[in-house]
Amino acid sequence: MLFNDPSPLEVKILTRRLGLPNSASIETNLANGGYKSFEKALEMTQDQIIQEVKDSNLRGRGGAGFPTGMKWGFVPRQSPKPKYIVVNADESEPGTCKDRVLIENDPHLLIEGCLIAAQAVGAKAGYIYVRGEYRYLIGILDKAIGEAYARGYLGKNILGRGVDFDLYTHTGAGAYECGEESALLESLEGKRGQPRIRPPFPAVAGLYQCPTVLNNVETYCAVPSIIEMGGKAWAALGIPKAGGTKLTCLTGHVNRTGVYELPLGFPVEKMINEVGGGIRGGKKMKAFIPGGSSCPVLTGEEAWPLTMDYDSMAKAGTMLGSGGVIIMDEDTDMVKAALRIMHFYAHESCGWCIPCREGTAWLKKLLTRLNEGVGTAKDVDLVGDLADNMLGKTFCPLGDAAALPTASIVRKFRHEFEAKLARAQAAVPGMANNPFAIV
Amino acid sequence: MADLVNLTINGRAIQTPAGTLVIDAAKKAGIEIPAFCYYEGYSLQAACRMCLVEVEKMPKLQAACTLPAGEGMVVRTESEPVVKTRKSMLEFLLANHPLDCPVCDKGGECELQDMSFRYGVGESRFTEMKHHVDEKQWSPVVFYDGPRCILCYRCVRVCNEGMGVSALGVINRGEQSLITPNFEDHLECDECGMCIDICPVGALTSGTYRYRTRPWEMKHTGTICAFCSDGCKTTLGTRGHEIIRGNNRDRSGINGEFLCMKGRYAFDFIEHPERLTSPLMKVNGKLEPVSWAKALEAVARKFTEVKTRGGRFGIAASTKTTNEENYYLQKFARQGLGTNNIDHHRSGDVVALIDALNGRADALATMQDVYTMTASLVIASDLAQEHPLIAFQLRANNRHHQSNTYTVTKGPVREDKYAAASIRCEEGGELEAVAGLREQLSKEKELLVIFGGAIKGEAVGKLVAFGDSLGIPVKYICLVDYSNSRGAMDMGLLPDLGPGYEPVDQPGMTLPGMMAASDLDVLWVVGSNPLARYELASPGAFVVVQEMFLTETAARADIVLPASAAYEKAGTLTNVTGECQKLHAAGRTMGAKPDLEILGLIAREMGLNLGIWSSSNVFEEIRKSVRGYNIPLPIIATGQAAQTNPVKGGVPLRPRPDLIQPAGNTLFTSGSLGRYSKKLTSVIEYPGQLYRP
Amino acid sequence: MTFSPELEAKLEKLMNSYPPGRKKSALIPMLMFTQDEVGSITQELVEEVARRIGIPTVQVDEVVTYYSMLHRKPMGKHHIQVCTNISCLLWNGDELYEHAREKLGIGHKEVTADGMFSLEEVECMGACSWAPAIQVNYDFHHHVTKEKLDQIIDSLRKLR
Ligand SMILES: Cc1cc2nc3c(=O)[nH]c(=O)nc-3n(C[C@H](O)[C@H](O)[C@H](O)COP(=O)(O)O)c2cc1C
Ligand code: SF4
Ligand code: SF4
Ligand code: SF4
Ligand code: SF4
Ligand code: FES
Ligand code: FES
Repeated sequence: MLFNDPSPLEVKILTRRLGLPNSASIETNLANGGYKSFEKALEMTQDQIIQEVKDSNLRGRGGAGFPTGMKWGFVPRQSPKPKYIVVNADESEPGTCKDRVLIENDPHLLIEGCLIAAQAVGAKAGYIYVRGEYRYLIGILDKAIGEAYARGYLGKNILGRGVDFDLYTHTGAGAYECGEESALLESLEGKRGQPRIRPPFPAVAGLYQCPTVLNNVETYCAVPSIIEMGGKAWAALGIPKAGGTKLTCLTGHVNRTGVYELPLGFPVEKMINEVGGGIRGGKKMKAFIPGGSSCPVLTGEEAWPLTMDYDSMAKAGTMLGSGGVIIMDEDTDMVKAALRIMHFYAHESCGWCIPCREGTAWLKKLLTRLNEGVGTAKDVDLVGDLADNMLGKTFCPLGDAAALPTASIVRKFRHEFEAKLARAQAAVPGMANNPFAIV
Repeated sequence: MADLVNLTINGRAIQTPAGTLVIDAAKKAGIEIPAFCYYEGYSLQAACRMCLVEVEKMPKLQAACTLPAGEGMVVRTESEPVVKTRKSMLEFLLANHPLDCPVCDKGGECELQDMSFRYGVGESRFTEMKHHVDEKQWSPVVFYDGPRCILCYRCVRVCNEGMGVSALGVINRGEQSLITPNFEDHLECDECGMCIDICPVGALTSGTYRYRTRPWEMKHTGTICAFCSDGCKTTLGTRGHEIIRGNNRDRSGINGEFLCMKGRYAFDFIEHPERLTSPLMKVNGKLEPVSWAKALEAVARKFTEVKTRGGRFGIAASTKTTNEENYYLQKFARQGLGTNNIDHHRSGDVVALIDALNGRADALATMQDVYTMTASLVIASDLAQEHPLIAFQLRANNRHHQSNTYTVTKGPVREDKYAAASIRCEEGGELEAVAGLREQLSKEKELLVIFGGAIKGEAVGKLVAFGDSLGIPVKYICLVDYSNSRGAMDMGLLPDLGPGYEPVDQPGMTLPGMMAASDLDVLWVVGSNPLARYELASPGAFVVVQEMFLTETAARADIVLPASAAYEKAGTLTNVTGECQKLHAAGRTMGAKPDLEILGLIAREMGLNLGIWSSSNVFEEIRKSVRGYNIPLPIIATGQAAQTNPVKGGVPLRPRPDLIQPAGNTLFTSGSLGRYSKKLTSVIEYPGQLYRP
Repeated sequence: MTFSPELEAKLEKLMNSYPPGRKKSALIPMLMFTQDEVGSITQELVEEVARRIGIPTVQVDEVVTYYSMLHRKPMGKHHIQVCTNISCLLWNGDELYEHAREKLGIGHKEVTADGMFSLEEVECMGACSWAPAIQVNYDFHHHVTKEKLDQIIDSLRKLR
């Protein structure tokens, strides 16, 4: 089911079957070009497949944006150990809801992507790690997997070509950190979702310490079209350093929120005003987050001239991230936003390392207080300081994910903190000096 | 040889084998990088972030505890960003940490306190509410104070990896994370206290030491554990004459930091209220306190009288007294009383092994071999219960060197978890089972055979023959039970063998022989409790007992002489692997005397000249005269272990497997002695299944 | 402990999804699926799962307390989860949550006296473009207004 109308400005590559009747069924899929790329890949060597993916300039769609072809190239294919395909369908970066759309509407596309990846590295088994909240997707995936087995696309001796590949679904149970690849693997092994020491990276020692290709749902879903079109042609959909299209989740204060497939390098302005139908209520944009709440926050003015791609966002001091665009209008309370974001990271910190475990908890308390108007300018400095002390020092990137938006909000919207303190003090004099007034 | 790499730390050029972690490379060069979670020998965590250092060409600060040294690496450990980061990690840690150092058990020894002093945190900027959780008692020895815990996971790792128990875990996540015991609100485990010892802060504490003193108020004495034969070094902390705590934090012994429940906590037997503090003499069928002079005079008079009329002595010696005491006692028996009727409770057939090895001096394994040999075969012993240190070393060997272990035991044992093969068999079927492993074993590079008391008499010879037939180097450990069981044999507390396994001309009576004899005139019992296992057949025997407690045997005595405990005297002990180590007196019990002194005083009273009874003099005599004991004095004197090696050619004697009777001690029992440790009894009485293989 | 035949079949399939010697991988899905049937992670369930997988119970405890969707106490028949994370907050998810609290008369992770409803303020559930969103058990509802929430609750109440 699609939850929003498509936009005429979309370039529908991954999503082209979405909206067809019964799009999740293997019949619809096969009737509309499904599994053709896999059949094509069967005729290719492993190196050729990997080369096409490299040529496509596909970068991981899970948030980190690591070049996918290169990652596949790291897998020691000659290793005697079994190799695994793992799909990261943990989608839990706030602002992100695209993988769900792909799986719900075209699960066979994901299966086909996995098959091609398996072919590229010689994997015989794969796991789709689906976040616990997406239980209904497990039903959809299991049904699709069943269909694929029945049609000989999965299992032993696939299509009579002597290739074996088994694919399984695996449910998570509520933990954002399990989206981080090594924590996901721990979770898949039945443990607490705490990250591993890296290196070694999953490509070398992943699931059960075996070589593992681990990618985001959308990344795998991009692969069939890359094989179909050829890597170079696929790359050309985007801009020179960022190939192809990206599913973008417009969220927050725009008129037409929704998930849209847009080519990389798409202008922010056009995305908001034309795809999204403009800021809700004709207001001004105060803040902009390009790819999930882990990215540094931009002011409206900073964001308007940018394009949606890795370099443009990096230059502006933020990241393209997962594609979860969060738009905040002029009425948004940035202190409250900062608090809500920190509330999330404190809740999701796995607790493994000191700076993140203690830092997020402390910041949450501090921001709760500041949001109530209790505190002084020094406390506002402290927010920035603590975020700084976390940044780059935590064991996994979740700590950075917590620190980055916080630090940028304090830096760019400091006046809102101060105004809030001033307002509260005007109402209740002496409050600033009593940090325990509100606990 | 591993390749060497060159790196620079704080401007100093350092060469180190490739793969060395930067934190270790720095340490070797005398540069300390602070760490909470890193702990040598256990898995890496990289969790505390205290060790972050600056490395040129790397964008972020790097955790020195997981970063392998690389060629050309330029590392800075004291640069401004590093120092600032360290401070901020401490600030984060202290944010929620209760500042109760003045009442915390760890005060003075707390790594967090130390680091805060050294890396200066200054005033806390944390003004929010701290969350409080009450301290919990998890077991007779383990208490947990959640808010003090810094989640370094050392305890979890030491229990999982070091002990093989896996009783500790982590629950919740984020700031709510806590260490948890294996049964929700309590622990069922080995009670070894390793987790407490390794805890850098006062989060895990023991019931023994809690709130009784502060580290700097104690005197520390390194001595040897009084219980099993593994010979762990334990450092006893005392205040006055009271022993308050045992540990081996300085890793100065063969056991590194390891101690089991007994070595760490069971020292409390020395202050048991039933400890004998005065000689006792039977008056009208009742034991009454008498003076030492009176008691000694009575013993000497009786001994002299029986000796002159050619009466029969029986001497039951100890498995816990020192080598010096043992040596002196057998000399007393043989030279002073003219009898070979001397024996002790034998728990392993060391004699048969010495005989079977027939002069091959390199075939007796050391404790170090347990940690380094590439394969081990464990026969008829539940090591984790009976020989906790050997079990610990074996696990470490497997963890660090991927060594192979094979087990042939009656029931499941902890070693099964990582064993290459495990075979269950009834007693007597071991050799057959071992033969079934021939193919696997002969593929090994070398083999350490560790066998329990069930392998005795001829079976020992057969086992050695099997080892010989494998065509690989094989070493052996014959397991014995008590702290100086091995020394008792080596010093000749045997009716047929003198010191160094030299045969005597006229073999005397064995221990069961003495007990069964109907015409014994004197039964002299030194530090042992034969009446717990045998009847005394001679109704008229005059019984003299040197003991710490009124045991079954002491209760039947005519004269009881109160003896000092191992922790109250000097001397040496020889452990199961032949390592000789020195005891140092840590405590003192008024009224009691070391057995050596008692022997000397009786000899003097009798007018015998057996030499000066100071332990150093007797030790000199042992070094000169006992095979395998000519060990370097400085090693012993500096508190290290000196390897003895009493191997000789064949030992001509009739095998007496019936005399080998393993005590079957568990992790929490130790013959008669264990009964007098309140700590041990509290553990035994604790509901729940503490030990699990 | 035995489960319904359907669940047993599901668990069997689950146990066969992992390579030999990797049974522990089944732990989290097994807890999720059995919790759905049992209602919560009871001590008995912890022991049963530990037994089936062959691990000490403490390893199950470690996992149960880590994941937010596993709970030791039973939730209501209809577990209402309101997202107040950033994208939903921008569409007044916090007010929606307050409304749910008032309507149901219970707070975070509480259950109504009749056991019909429980409420939880949750983190982003992947419905951000259709905010504010709620989940009732595993069912998503998008663009939820206070009125729509009332309707949902009322119709569930009728359902009994
Ligand atoms: C805290 C954290 C959460 C993450 N969550 C997700 C997620 O929900 N989905 C995802 O695909 N990747 C997530 N990632 C990124 C993954 O670690 C990993 O980079 C990605 O799955 C790799 O696939 P890709 O290269 O195809 O993007 C997360 C990373 C971090 C640090
Ligand atoms: S940064 Fe540290 S505490 Fe936070 S999620 Fe990662 S490992 Fe866990
Ligand atoms: S005392 Fe118990 S929990 Fe602690 S390390 Fe020993 S066995 Fe493990
Ligand atoms: S209890 Fe001690 S050793 Fe264990 S995690 Fe906490 S601080 Fe570390
Ligand atoms: S292993 Fe033996 S010697 Fe070591 S502490 Fe335990 S009882 Fe004492
Ligand atoms: S010592 Fe390196 S992170 Fe703890
Ligand atoms: S923020 Fe509410 S569903 Fe994503």
